[in-house]
Amino acid sequence: MNAPAAEPRAAPPADAEAVVRARDVAMRFGSRTLFEKVSFDVRRGEIFVILGGSGCGKSTLLKILIGLYPPVAGTVEVLGENIDDAEGDARRGLLARLGVMWQSGALFGSMTLAENIELALEEHTDLPRPAREALARVKLGLVGLGDAATRLPAEISGGMAKRAGIARAMALDPPILFLDEPSAGLDPITSAGLDALIIDLARSTGTTFVVVTHELQSILAIGDRCIMLDKEAKGMIAEGDPRQLREHSDHPVVRAFFRREVMHG
Amino acid sequence: MEARGDDAARTLAFAGRIDIAAAARLWTPTMRAARGTQGLTIDLAGVEEVDTAGAVLLLSAAGAAHQGALQGASPAVEKVLDRTGAALKAAPPAPPPPRMNPIAGLGEMVVDVGRNMLGAVAFGGEALVTLLRTLFRPGLLRFSEMLRHLDETGLRAFPLTALLGFLIGVILAYQSAIPLRRFGAEVFVPNLVGISLLRELGPLLAGVVLSGRTGSAFAAELGTMTVNEEVDALKIMGIDPMQMLVLPRMLAATLVMPVLALLMSLAGLAGMTVIMATLGFPWAAVSNQLQQWLAVGDLLGGLFKAAIFGIAIAAIGCRAGLSAGRGPRAVGDAATTAVVGGIVSIVVLDGIFAVLFFRLGI
Repeated sequence: MNAPAAEPRAAPPADAEAVVRARDVAMRFGSRTLFEKVSFDVRRGEIFVILGGSGCGKSTLLKILIGLYPPVAGTVEVLGENIDDAEGDARRGLLARLGVMWQSGALFGSMTLAENIELALEEHTDLPRPAREALARVKLGLVGLGDAATRLPAEISGGMAKRAGIARAMALDPPILFLDEPSAGLDPITSAGLDALIIDLARSTGTTFVVVTHELQSILAIGDRCIMLDKEAKGMIAEGDPRQLREHSDHPVVRAFFRREVMHG
Repeated sequence: MEARGDDAARTLAFAGRIDIAAAARLWTPTMRAARGTQGLTIDLAGVEEVDTAGAVLLLSAAGAAHQGALQGASPAVEKVLDRTGAALKAAPPAPPPPRMNPIAGLGEMVVDVGRNMLGAVAFGGEALVTLLRTLFRPGLLRFSEMLRHLDETGLRAFPLTALLGFLIGVILAYQSAIPLRRFGAEVFVPNLVGISLLRELGPLLAGVVLSGRTGSAFAAELGTMTVNEEVDALKIMGIDPMQMLVLPRMLAATLVMPVLALLMSLAGLAGMTVIMATLGFPWAAVSNQLQQWLAVGDLLGGLFKAAIFGIAIAAIGCRAGLSAGRGPRAVGDAATTAVVGGIVSIVVLDGIFAVLFFRLGI
């Protein structure tokens, strides 16, 4: 895939409609509070990054946003609907408008890459088989895996699995894509290619991206805005443009994160 | 969608938003109208928005005609069409899978079976070498690991084995009492059931239990370790997986199988005794028949067979796990191979023992 080099892009306007609204979200496992009072908006068309160190609850927050875990406090609205209150067909309809790329790819091992994509089309649309096959080819072509449609997940590399995961997440042209650690475990070149792909898709399709990552290069390359979670603070410690935060934040943890400094004490 | 013209020149005019739902609705009529048309014009002047599915519909319709053209698209629609067209070009349809030549298929199967058998022989040899090495250096045996497997494969299988044995004894006693009653020979039921259980059914059914419970567990556990590269990690650390993973399991299964076979047989005899009591034969009569007709050789022969079955089941389970492939199906396939291979192997071995014992007069 000839992906363009990742470069910062113009963020969507600040008054763009919020497609995800989190208000005072809290999560606890037993008596351990993971985070609380987490509030933010994700605007239509932007690449929004949830960042933070290991164990701060980034992936858990993502799972709350997609309705997999109910928060112990607070509310999450996705595309104007409270994702925890939605039930039955309403929930099914809402979930069809979200795409999720899992950290491990989570591709179905017994299906080819094309069949992985066709599964969602088969479940949620009345498209006939030739249309589903053509659409699966388009999605794979968009992520640079046009020649890998008939391969099984066990036959492709980690970077290809991540791209196939994005293709599957895009199967139904969802307005929001959630990506969990897209660059984790990838070499810098593959990682940069994936960043370029995300930027390209956001630009060309207008899709909103919510990306969980702690890869500094990726955050700076793709993020229009971000929030930072911290394990010690048990919540959000920063919100804004990641490049601005790197240059101007006074918070010691934020500074240490962006400057890759060791925290003492 | 509105169609104008005939097969020589046709215009399909679209309007509004062509999203995935609209594409699903319009696919069949659009393709029907497009197919076989000489000159097809797709008028997109009224189209406000398309998504990827809509773009696939329009491009497929244009491609289905002898000569198809899209016209009147707004810049936004044009952009989606361009992007989708480029992606379609980058992902040509997959060629149909090559048809398998039956002779080549048969040849491949024979080679696979041969390779598998060679692998089994190599595995058995390696296990034997490891066992001999451990006999000379007992410190190499991971004793605690073996105890864990003794507990898992043996103690925890006791309730199931006892229950199955008891029920088999009940069934055998009833089934044999029916024809023997016609000859007034019900008193010989203990002879029939006792010999069947001690010589054949006890070891065989204990083997089926071990294969289903333990062979599959060995394969799944070692298969997961193989898929997670834990076995590779052991090799790189200079630890022989045969020594650490296979030998404790094989020894545990070999030790535990005679115990399970004995338990199965005793539970079966208990079941038979209960049925005999309901038929009016007291314990003394049953005991007398058993003492008269059963020899210690029957019991020992059965227990010896059980130990050999244990070796076979554990070896097949461990080998299936250690040779697991990649991917999520690998562990399931390994467990299936272990169970099927284990049961087939004990039946084959049982046949060999039947001939052998007959020749030796045991």
